[in-house]
Amino acid sequence: MNIQIRKFFYGDIPDDQSGGNDLKNTQGPSSETKKTDWPLWEVFIRSRQGLDHKHAGSLHAADAKMAIENARDVYTRRMEGVSIWVVESKYIHATTPDESGELYEPAEDKIYRYPTFYKLPDEVNQM
Amino acid sequence: MNSLIAYTLHLADNALILSQRNSEWCGHGPVLEQDIAITNISLDLIGQARNFYQYAESLINHSDGTAANPASEDSLAYLRTEREFKNLLLVELPNGDWAQTVLRQFFFSQYQYLLFQQLQFSKDEQIAAIAAKSIKEVSYHLRWSSEWVIRLGDGTRESHDRMEKAMNELWAYTGEMFEPAGYEKEMPVESEEIKKEWDEKVRQVLEEATLTLPPASEKGSVFMHTGGKNGIHTEYMGHLLAELQYMQRAYPGCEW
Amino acid sequence: MAVQDLEKIFQQKIEQEIKIEPKDWMPEAYRKANIRQISQHAHSEIVGMLPEGNWISRAPTLKRKQILLAKVQDEAGHGLYLYSATETLGITREETINDLHSGKAKYSSIFNYPTLTWADIGAIGWLVDGAAIVNQVMLTRTSYGPYARAMVRICKEESFHQRQGFEILLTLSKGSKEQKEMCQDAINRWWWPSLMMFGPHDKDSPHSEQSMKWKIKRKSNDELRQSFVDMIAEQVKVLGMRLPDDHLKWNEERKHYDFGEIDWKEFWNVVKGNGPCNKQRLDARRKAWEEGKWVREAAAAYAEKRKARQKAA
Repeated sequence: MNIQIRKFFYGDIPDDQSGGNDLKNTQGPSSETKKTDWPLWEVFIRSRQGLDHKHAGSLHAADAKMAIENARDVYTRRMEGVSIWVVESKYIHATTPDESGELYEPAEDKIYRYPTFYKLPDEVNQM
Repeated sequence: MNSLIAYTLHLADNALILSQRNSEWCGHGPVLEQDIAITNISLDLIGQARNFYQYAESLINHSDGTAANPASEDSLAYLRTEREFKNLLLVELPNGDWAQTVLRQFFFSQYQYLLFQQLQFSKDEQIAAIAAKSIKEVSYHLRWSSEWVIRLGDGTRESHDRMEKAMNELWAYTGEMFEPAGYEKEMPVESEEIKKEWDEKVRQVLEEATLTLPPASEKGSVFMHTGGKNGIHTEYMGHLLAELQYMQRAYPGCEW
Repeated sequence: MAVQDLEKIFQQKIEQEIKIEPKDWMPEAYRKANIRQISQHAHSEIVGMLPEGNWISRAPTLKRKQILLAKVQDEAGHGLYLYSATETLGITREETINDLHSGKAKYSSIFNYPTLTWADIGAIGWLVDGAAIVNQVMLTRTSYGPYARAMVRICKEESFHQRQGFEILLTLSKGSKEQKEMCQDAINRWWWPSLMMFGPHDKDSPHSEQSMKWKIKRKSNDELRQSFVDMIAEQVKVLGMRLPDDHLKWNEERKHYDFGEIDWKEFWNVVKGNGPCNKQRLDARRKAWEEGKWVREAAAAYAEKRKARQKAA
């Protein structure tokens, strides 16, 4: 195979200037990708006892066991004593940005939910 | 050399040589996540090797305080010849494909797990401490490798065939784990018990993986290769050490 | 909402330093620019494992072996974070990787230079990671949220990479005559390629302007390169070594170091595929991917089987 590739640094060089490789001659393996593409998982990690699980990132794994082990390898290389959740990304339902108004703005009016709403005498103000 | 030193070196060599082999995958794994996983195992093993070498170093220097060149973890790893290394033949074999790598890891981790379970109660405090610390890592290696054995054995026709082939390559090197060398006999290790449990656990996993042992193994008549523990290695070992030791041999006596 | 309005809102967000998140509206060109930049960055991490990986089996001490292994593993992790960030833009990792293997996508040219001696591992840590960090610190403030978060994580983890490289060279610089020579030789070979890492001059870098406007990039190539030179020109004194540039000189007026012109012919040559290791690097990545295919298939098949069995039970 006579394939030379075109290299860039972080997107600095435009496609037409890079040359060195006739794309028509390359055979992309893209035709047979479906079967081996492992699903994407989202990883949530409790970094310390007493803390919430926090979204750490994502990874690919064939099944849940593998996803948990990978999460340990990938996202806890520098931590100990963690708890890990993984969930296949396709099961995550999310708000869309257009809805964010109706979801969050009503809460802005409910100032009585915030502790600062209540004026207390200085003696007990640490409450 | 007393038995404790020889035994400690044996434990260290096993870990170092398998670490060296596994590290060959770094940058070349079948998928990014697994590249990271096998490198993690390699890192754990080199950590274990260093702990055992450092202990061996103190034992050697203590027993021979007058030596002109005191031993160090690096002199033990980099300046002994292949005849002095005491690792199992199993760990020095080339990686082969992913099937062979994970099957070898499974055989070894299952053995190491059972061994360290005993060693953590050893009267030798250092050995006990290193074993106790390492057993957490080894449990993970065991889980990871047994899951891969099952996945590949029960995956596709190709992966199944590759696992059977790996089995035929490796099985004859498993017997050495349970044949105590001279220096092992003085250690409080119940090889027979380890072998029994190992057989049982391995069979369970292989069954789930829909894999079969080489036919003759049922009658116990498979020839088992031995010798590594006493410094009689495969031809692969010299090449492995030539690479591993290159810098220390080419530039003796330097700080790095 | 009309596209013009969306674009206006988008540009306002950028100006107010509000991060763009995956589901937000964004101009198609912004999406493409991010895919290009993040995936090139990811490929650079992965291909970058190879030159250093070349010395894992031969590292001179157990401690150095352990550190190097951990470092190369970190790079795999960083590649993974970055591939994940590209996936939030609607392109799968497999597609991205196929683009690398087919030659369509690019990675940093620096990794097409060979690691010939152990000192190269030190020089890569000090110079190449040093140059990368200058870039990456800037990128923690990039406008696309997932990219910025990946960069924060990466910068945190990379902090030891440059230090370990410098420490390797420092040890060599205090060592035997051969070690000192090895050290200087590695600096000589890696200095210019690491300056090239910052890309063409601003005037020759057409993508830069738009990227700056969108705050994907926040500093120009030449600015970043200058701050790198200023840093390294001081650090090299600690090593008692010299940088291979006769024009390197402190400029009191500019309060910066002046330095010589990069050999742009070499730069474009390597970019165009004629670097010393272009072919080997790509071959190695392709080989790993092709030989791993049956493994990925088997794991996927097994996962399917298990699911089917669980359903049946």
